[in-house]
Amino acid sequence: MEKKKSINWSLVNHITKGYKKYLFFAVITVIISILLSYVSPLIISFVVDYVIKGDTSSLSGVTASFIDSIGGRDFFTSHIYVCGIVIVGVALLNGLITFVRSLCVTKVSEHSAMTLRNELYDHLQNVPYDYHKHSSVGDLVQRCSSDVEIIRRFVSVQFIDIVRTVVRITAAAFILFRLNVKLTLFSMSMMPVIFIISFIYFKKVHANFEIADEAEGKLSATLQENLTGVRVVRAFGQQKQEIEKFTERNKDNKDKYHKIMKMMSLYWGGTDMLCYIQIILSSAIAIYLASTTDEFSLGSVLLFSNYVGALTWPVRMLGRTLSDMGRATVAMQRVQEILDAPLEKEPGAALKPEIRGNITFEHVDFGYDYPDEVLKDISFKIRSGETIGILGSTGSGKSSLVQLIQRLYTCNNGHIYIDDTDINDIEYKHLRSNIGIVLQEPFLYSRTIMDNIRITDPSAPDEEVYEAAKIASVHDVIMEFDKGYDTMVGERGVTLSGGQQQRIAIARTLMKKTPILIFDDSMSAVDTETDTHIRKALRSIRGTCTTLIISHRITTLMESDRILVLDKGRLIEEGTHDELIKNGSLYSRIAEIQEATGQFQNTSEGGNE
Amino acid sequence: MNYLQEEDFNQKVNLGTWKRLLKYALRHKGMLFTIISSLFVSSFVDILYPLMTKYAIDNFITTKQIEGFVPYVIISVILIVIQAICSILFVRGGSSLELSMSYEIRQESFEKLQRLSFSYYDKTSVGYIMARVMSDTSRLSEMIAWSIVDVLYGLTFIIGCIITMFTLNVKLALITLSVIPVMTAVAIFFRSRILRQYRLVRKINSRITSSYNEGIMGAMTTKTLVREDQNYEDFKVLTTDMRREASKASRLNSIFFPIIMLLSSIGTSLALGVGGLEVLGEMITFGTLSSFITYTSQFFEPIQSITSIFAELQNAQASAERVISLLDTEEDITDTEEVIEKYGDSINPKPENWPPIKGDISFEHVNFSYIPEEIILEDFNLEIPAGSSVALVGETGAGKSTLVNLVCRFYEPTSGSIKIDGVDYRERSQIWLQSNTGYVLQQPHLFSGTIRDNIAYGKKDATEEEIRNAARMVKAEEFILAQKDGYDTEVGEGGIRLSTGQKQLISFARVILSDPRIFVLDEATSSIDTETEQLIQEAITTVLQNRTSLIVAHRLSTIRHADMILVIGNKGIIEKGTHEELLAKKGAYYNLYTHQ
Repeated sequence: MEKKKSINWSLVNHITKGYKKYLFFAVITVIISILLSYVSPLIISFVVDYVIKGDTSSLSGVTASFIDSIGGRDFFTSHIYVCGIVIVGVALLNGLITFVRSLCVTKVSEHSAMTLRNELYDHLQNVPYDYHKHSSVGDLVQRCSSDVEIIRRFVSVQFIDIVRTVVRITAAAFILFRLNVKLTLFSMSMMPVIFIISFIYFKKVHANFEIADEAEGKLSATLQENLTGVRVVRAFGQQKQEIEKFTERNKDNKDKYHKIMKMMSLYWGGTDMLCYIQIILSSAIAIYLASTTDEFSLGSVLLFSNYVGALTWPVRMLGRTLSDMGRATVAMQRVQEILDAPLEKEPGAALKPEIRGNITFEHVDFGYDYPDEVLKDISFKIRSGETIGILGSTGSGKSSLVQLIQRLYTCNNGHIYIDDTDINDIEYKHLRSNIGIVLQEPFLYSRTIMDNIRITDPSAPDEEVYEAAKIASVHDVIMEFDKGYDTMVGERGVTLSGGQQQRIAIARTLMKKTPILIFDDSMSAVDTETDTHIRKALRSIRGTCTTLIISHRITTLMESDRILVLDKGRLIEEGTHDELIKNGSLYSRIAEIQEATGQFQNTSEGGNE
Repeated sequence: MNYLQEEDFNQKVNLGTWKRLLKYALRHKGMLFTIISSLFVSSFVDILYPLMTKYAIDNFITTKQIEGFVPYVIISVILIVIQAICSILFVRGGSSLELSMSYEIRQESFEKLQRLSFSYYDKTSVGYIMARVMSDTSRLSEMIAWSIVDVLYGLTFIIGCIITMFTLNVKLALITLSVIPVMTAVAIFFRSRILRQYRLVRKINSRITSSYNEGIMGAMTTKTLVREDQNYEDFKVLTTDMRREASKASRLNSIFFPIIMLLSSIGTSLALGVGGLEVLGEMITFGTLSSFITYTSQFFEPIQSITSIFAELQNAQASAERVISLLDTEEDITDTEEVIEKYGDSINPKPENWPPIKGDISFEHVNFSYIPEEIILEDFNLEIPAGSSVALVGETGAGKSTLVNLVCRFYEPTSGSIKIDGVDYRERSQIWLQSNTGYVLQQPHLFSGTIRDNIAYGKKDATEEEIRNAARMVKAEEFILAQKDGYDTEVGEGGIRLSTGQKQLISFARVILSDPRIFVLDEATSSIDTETEQLIQEAITTVLQNRTSLIVAHRLSTIRHADMILVIGNKGIIEKGTHEELLAKKGAYYNLYTHQ
């Protein structure tokens, strides 16, 4: 992809929509407050030259006549505190204006950050699942958090900083040039050097920060792996090697940061020196002029050294600000990439028909990276209310098949119909609301168990939740927790075992009360006994529901009306348990193994009560 | 939403905690010396600058002569160079101190973590430990190192200023310094509020980050449940909170700074007003006046940074305590000194002294409980002769994993003893036992690295042939060679690029290669499809020959050939015998077996 080298103004424009007036205010207040900050050095110089020494040379005509009208120098020598009050008054006014500016800036920047965060979240929720399959969680989260923060800083700090610096330099230069042109030119001689050094340094330091961050990431990954694998480490007695590995990463991390710090100390020390030398030499010349000639007063010397500082330091800052803007450019580009990802589409008519539960596959081909096919020429018909078992070895395409029914992926060739409607013509949210699927590795949200089970309908009464949990054989387990249904799960709560997670996911899906129910090997982590309980309970409530069950266990599959057997993406067998057993191919082979190892008894029908 | 109540919010600064952490800084005498000496020089020079200006005003400008001007300029430049060298030195010193502290705290924490027993890990989440060792540690080291720099500099500068001002003119000094207490009070008042508010903002921010995490990791689930819109609504509540609290934080900041600026300009105008009259009355010189004006405008920085340090200490108290508590956690399984002396510990093992292991295991009057109220095993006795295989079956939650934990000495009996080859295992070192035990877990865990690295995890010096033999033995070679880089395929963090079944095969190969005398399989084949499982079963049977093995199983199919089957209930063994014996008994085992 082509890298954009400049700020993405259309993004900035978009996130500040409706708030630009505050940005405008901010710029105006910045200008006013800089001008005000130049007043008090002028007053000091006035007091020193005119009030105390009685030197009138530096006064302009208008000022002089104004002073005469209020009583001349005598007024000030007897009321010198007036000057102090003016300084305080100016500072007060400046404080107020600074406060207003910061309110304006905060309004824009926090609004922009909120808009951006919301849009990113919404967008990521609505991209096709395939997008997530091809991107890394850590990377996306980083873009949504630190890149947004960089952009927020761009709006709140850098944008204003640039305006401020330009105005400050212009104003200071203007006053200095009026004092003495040659001297001012001399005192600006070092500025380009300082600017260039700053700019280059900050560019370099950012590159180094990235290297150091990477080292820190590695250190943290090493620690995390050690902690999650602590049982393995102990079981193999590898503590010593683990410590060696950690020490190496820890040292590397330290060294990388050390390098940055060394660069930093040289930079700050070096530029400090340049800036000060600039100020001192200019002041020295001013002092020399003031001591040997009459064209430069004492007040002017004070004023001069004050303004040379005002001219020099912002230049150093400007180098930093500009190179920070480079980061903002990259951040904007990275965020824009997410926002540009296409959303899930409606390829067809987006109908919302009533769904009864007939499913038909007609010559369906599918591959994640088509033409690499995961499923090849799959055709079958399921009637409403049927229970269908699906068997196949790892990677045979079972999960893909059921995910196609929910249109989490779209098939490449062929058609899938629900009742008589092509699923591409059914609105995807409507489709998914009518199909309950329990995934093999279900995801629980970090909320209470109660909220997790009724996540699709937060207003569902507690009794209904208990009912679903009982069917999923997880009610008793939940009641054993200290806080029962109010136990938090996920990142900030208890860690549930795989089996417990699966059962909560089953309960959650049952709450949806859908005409089609799919279990994607969703009891693999549940022990056989509980498995039996759940299946029995399910059968009693299933009623007219179309049910698809993916499983490795023959005991589970044999209860189905029909069984589909997948092998390497093809549908190779289809029939009832008894038919397939007689058939003598894959299904019967697996049944034999499981029977031989005592995993099920082939009691002719109806399972194993 | 109330974000602060979630964690204990400790407002009291406990000096004891900080003293502990400060000890890490005090180890680096050289760095501290560099920092302190360069800071002294630096603040001394800072105080000299205004005096240089004063000298210039009084001796050149006012008197209109330039005798001694050249030396004056030279001295000024020399001062600047000294200043620059000092600031390079103290920035280096400060950062070396910071980095060394966090390096050492991390190193100590990690070594501690390698010794802590599983009772600690059962109670403590990985996320919690990570936060202590990574972010808390770096934050605290940064704070301590730079606090030392800031406080030392600030104090020497302020004290130096005050002394100089009093020397120049007592009256003017008293008047202008009156601003300092007010400034300090204002700074303290705002600083702690601002930091507290920013802490709240950080907290909401981390909540937002984990929402993103959840939204992305749970994308598939969200889609299947059609929860996109509700998730978005929930998320918007968070970002709106964020906007409100962040605005509040920045408002506090924007009141604080103007007030301080105002105070500092009051100082300046006092100096100008009172000092100006004194100059008029020829009590002081122009130079003195100018140096006073400069000093008053420079107080603000150090006062601000010193007050912010105290506010930060307050805020970081909780994390300091947590870091210390990790370092101070007591290890509840330790070897005695004599044992370490003889056999070494996990960090410095002495394998040359290790007695060879046969594999007899006996439990003698073992009592055990994880928490005192709940007894898991009571007067438990069991003999496992070397070379035999023992299967543990029973309901979920019964003591099966406890027995495994005890055999591996991940936990120790509350009373009674466990003997290996007739000797209480506490008389041998932990590392000796661990090195002789192979353990395959229910949820296999791989380390990032290649498949080869993972198989050789327990035996780093294994030859290519040994590695491949181990893989072949568990029928893993076929799928390994089908990977893009064969044995050199990267498995990803935690083995994420492999399926659960594949991870399990590799974890088998890993144990086989380390060739332990005692083998523990904890429900090891649950995620493998039937045909593959069949193959592994055969491999296991071969491998287990002549080794003592403990097998925890849900699927009874896997254990029919065990020498002894134990049916474990809530308080110990319910039944014991071979498959045939137990079936004939028609008891608990029979029920389990026919039920599945």
